[in-house]
Amino acid sequence: MKLTVNGKPHEIDVEPEMPLLWVLRDELNLPGTKFGCGMAQCGACTVHVDGTAVRSCVTPVGSVTGAVTTVEGLGTPATLHAVQAAWVEHQVAQCGYCQSGQIMGAAALLQKNPAPTDADIDAAMSGNLCRCGAYPRIRAAIHGAARRIQGVSA
Amino acid sequence: MSKLATIARRSFLIGSAAVVGGVAFGVYKLRQTEANPLLDELPPGATALTPYVRIDGQGVTLITPRAEMGQGIHTTLAALVAEELDVAWDSIRVEHGPLGAAYYNRALVEHNIPFSDLDHSVAAQAMRGAMGVTARLLPMQITGGSSNVADLFDRMRVAGAAARFALVAAAAQKLGLPADQLKTDNGYVLAPDGRSLSYLELAPAAAQIDLPVSPPLKAREQWRYLGQSMPRLDMVAKCTGTATFGIDVRLPEMVFATVRMNPAKGAALVKFDATAAQAMRGVLKVVELPGGVAVIANNTWRAFQAVQAVQCDWAEPGYPGSTAAMMESIVASMTETKPDSRLRDDGNVDQALAGGTEPTVLEAEYRVPFLAHATMEPMNAVALLKDGQLDIWAGLQNPTGARDLAAKAAGLDPSQVHVHVTLMGGGFGRRLEADYVVQAAQLAVAMAGQPVKLTWRREEDMAQDFYRPAAVARLRGATADKQIRALDVQVASLSVVESNLGRLGLPALGPDAKIIEGVYDQPYGIAHYRATAYRAPAGRPVSYTRSVGNSYNAFFIESFIDELAAQAGADPLAMRLALLTHEPSRQVLSAVAAMSGWGQPLAAGRGRGVAFHLCRGVPVAQVVEIATTKEGVKIDKVFVAVDVGTALDPRNIEAQQQSGVIFGLSAALYGEIGFAQGAAEQSNFHDYPVLRLQQAPQIVVKVLESGGHIRGVGETGVPPVAPALANAIFQATGKRIRELPLRKHMAFV
Repeated sequence: MKLTVNGKPHEIDVEPEMPLLWVLRDELNLPGTKFGCGMAQCGACTVHVDGTAVRSCVTPVGSVTGAVTTVEGLGTPATLHAVQAAWVEHQVAQCGYCQSGQIMGAAALLQKNPAPTDADIDAAMSGNLCRCGAYPRIRAAIHGAARRIQGVSA
Repeated sequence: MSKLATIARRSFLIGSAAVVGGVAFGVYKLRQTEANPLLDELPPGATALTPYVRIDGQGVTLITPRAEMGQGIHTTLAALVAEELDVAWDSIRVEHGPLGAAYYNRALVEHNIPFSDLDHSVAAQAMRGAMGVTARLLPMQITGGSSNVADLFDRMRVAGAAARFALVAAAAQKLGLPADQLKTDNGYVLAPDGRSLSYLELAPAAAQIDLPVSPPLKAREQWRYLGQSMPRLDMVAKCTGTATFGIDVRLPEMVFATVRMNPAKGAALVKFDATAAQAMRGVLKVVELPGGVAVIANNTWRAFQAVQAVQCDWAEPGYPGSTAAMMESIVASMTETKPDSRLRDDGNVDQALAGGTEPTVLEAEYRVPFLAHATMEPMNAVALLKDGQLDIWAGLQNPTGARDLAAKAAGLDPSQVHVHVTLMGGGFGRRLEADYVVQAAQLAVAMAGQPVKLTWRREEDMAQDFYRPAAVARLRGATADKQIRALDVQVASLSVVESNLGRLGLPALGPDAKIIEGVYDQPYGIAHYRATAYRAPAGRPVSYTRSVGNSYNAFFIESFIDELAAQAGADPLAMRLALLTHEPSRQVLSAVAAMSGWGQPLAAGRGRGVAFHLCRGVPVAQVVEIATTKEGVKIDKVFVAVDVGTALDPRNIEAQQQSGVIFGLSAALYGEIGFAQGAAEQSNFHDYPVLRLQQAPQIVVKVLESGGHIRGVGETGVPPVAPALANAIFQATGKRIRELPLRKHMAFV
C-alpha cells in the first residue's frame, strides 16, 4: 500500500482497516500526531488529507487516497507555520498533548477561511478537546494567525 | 577567599533554611548534606556544580526535578536557577534529571498536616518541621499539591547562586584577580580589563571549588527573569509535534502492548481464553497479569484489537459495586460518635443553632459524584529489562514511588531500576499512581531484553482510573442581622490518602485532613464555626485529583454561604467581605467585585454569582456571569482575582487560573462516574463529556501580590468556579442546585 506523508512517499504493509493514526505513529515513527480517544471525540489525532482536517484515529488507512500532512510536516521549530508562530506568540500550550491536533485543525480552518469569526472558530474547533483549558488562548491565537497570514499575503 | 561557609563539592546542602522544630530522632542524620545525584551519571567532559546545574560542551543544562504536566513548572524552576546563575534565556536547556534524595519535596508534606496554611502558631510550625523531617526520610520526589514553587523557591536560587560563585572563583584563579572584581553576564565571567571566560570553559575548574552554604541571593528589584512573563521553554516543541511525551518514546526493537484489567478495579481475573487473540495478525504474546491480561504485538492498534478479543471471566469486587451502594456507605459513615476529625470548633455551634428558630436556622445536604481525571494522554509507560537493570520511561508525578513498586513487581532492588520522567499530557493527580508502570515492568520481564511500550485504550483509562471520590455534606447555619452567626459543616467521603499510601505500602496515620480541607481552614470569622469529617470505609480505590478535598468542599461551603446570605437578605459578596479575617483574602474579593461590576444591574435573564476560596494558602475569588437562554444556561464570563504572594511568572499564573476554571467547569457541568458491579458506566469522551471550546467563557484574571510566602497556583483556580456558577444560577433563576453535576438539574449551552 502506498501512502504519501509530508511529501514523502511510503510503501506500507498493513491491514487496510488500520487507522491512519497508528500507521503514522507506529509504522512511520511520526509521533507528533497524538492518540486521545480512538473514536473521533477529542481531535488529538487531527491531520490533513489533501488540506482537509480529518480524525486519523477513525480513518482507515486503506481509504486514504490523498496526501497526508502531519504536524511535523506543517512547520518545524526553525521554520514555523503561521499558526505555530501564533501559538508560540500567545503561549497557548500547557501540557501540549492536544496541541498538534488543535494546530492542524486551526491550519485547515484558516486555509478555507482566512478571517474566521468567533462563531466560525467555534464551529471548526469544537471537536478538539483541551483538558488544560487553553481555549481562550487558542481562540486568540487563531485570530492572531489569521492576521499573520493576511499580513504575509497582503 | 570568602567568608562564606563552604561544603565539599560532592554534597550540596538543601536550601538555606534550617529544619524547624523537628523530632528528636534522625535530626543528626538530616543535618548532613545530601549527595548530588548528577555525579552518578555524569558523561565524560561534563560537570555538575550543584544538583540543579550541569555544564558540558553543549552548554548549561538546568535540572528541573518536577513533573511538567502543563503547569509550566520546568520554565519557572529554570528561571529560579537562571536568575542567580546568570545565563541567557535562549541558551537554557532543561531536563527532569535523575531521581535523588536531594530533590525531595518537603512543602507537599507540610500541606498534609491538619493545620490551616495560614496558621503560623508554634504548634503548626513545629508540626510542619516534623513533617519536613518525615518527608526527607521517606524521601519522595512528588509533583502535586501546588507545592513545587513553595518547595524549591529558595533551594533552586541557592543552587544557581552557588554555581555562579564557583564559576567566578574559578575565573579568579585563572585570571589572577580577586573574585570581587569580576562580574558575570549571560554565561560569561567578565574581568575589568575586558577579558572574558565562558562558563563552559570554567566548569571543570569550578567543579573543584567548595560551594558556599548560603550564598547571597539577588534582591527582588534586581530580578530580570523572575517576576516576568517568560516564554515557556517547552512551547516551540509542543507546537511542532517534537515534544516527547511518555507515549512517544521509541526505542530500537520496541514492541507494543496494551492491557485489559478487571473493570472492577483491583478485583481478580478468574480465567481467560486468548485463543482468538493469539491468532490475530501481529500478536506476539498474551501475558496474564494480576487482575487482567496484556497483549504484546508489533503495533499498538493490533494490540488494542487483540485484547478485546480475549474472553475474560472477572471476579466480583470486595467493595460495594453500585453507585447507590457506594453513596450509602458514605452516608452511613456520618455518625456523631465516630468522626474522622474535627479540625475546627470555634464558639459553641450546638448552642448557637439550638437557640435559633425558623427561619434563621437553615439546613441543607449537598452531594458530588466520583470523577475521572481523563488526562488527554492515556496512561502509558515504556520498560526495558536488560542486563539486570530495568529502565522505565513514563510521565510520573511520584517517580520514586513508581520506581519502588516497579522494582517489587520485577523482583529487583530499587537501585536496579532507572526511571526517566517524560513530559506528561496532563496529570491532575492521576500520575501520582503507578499501576501502569507496574504493568509495564511486568511486561518487560515477560519480554526480557526487548523494550515494551504499554499504551492504554481510552476505555481502559476511564475504567481503571483512581477516581476523585464522591462526597456528601450536611450543613447547618444560623443568621442574624444580615450576617452568619453559626456554621456547622459535616463532610463524609472516602480517604484518598489512605487509599494512595496503602498502594505505596505506607500507613496513613491519624485523620485525613484532605476530606475536610477547604472547610476547616477558611479565613471566615464566624463566631460559631465547626468542621467535622467522616471517613467512609475503604471501597473502590480512589486518589488525588486537582485540588483534592477543596474540589468539593468549596462547592459545599460557598453554595451554602450563598443560601445563608439569601436567607439573611444580605449581599453575598458584602457578607463574605465582612466575615473574612485575612487581609489578602479581603483584597481578592474586593478586586473581583470591581472587575465584575458587582452590584451593577444586569439585563433580564442574566445572573452573577460569587465564590471565595483559600486553597493551598492562596486566596482566590471568582465571579461567574451567565445568561439564561431557551436552550439552557450560557456561561459568559468568569472574573478571577488571585493572590499568590509573589508572582514569579504572571502570564503563566493567568494560564493556570484559566485552566483551573475550565477544569472546574467540566466537573461542575458534566463530570460524573457511576458504577454497576464495580465497573464504571462511562468509557470515553462521548459519555464523559468535558468542556469544549464553544462553551469556554471569557476568563479575566487579575494577579495580586501581597508579598510574603511563595505559593503554587496549579490547583487554586478549580474550587471556586462550581459554587460561583451555582450561585449565579440561583440569582438568575431562583433555583438552588445542591448536587453536581449541574446538568442533572439544568441544561447548558
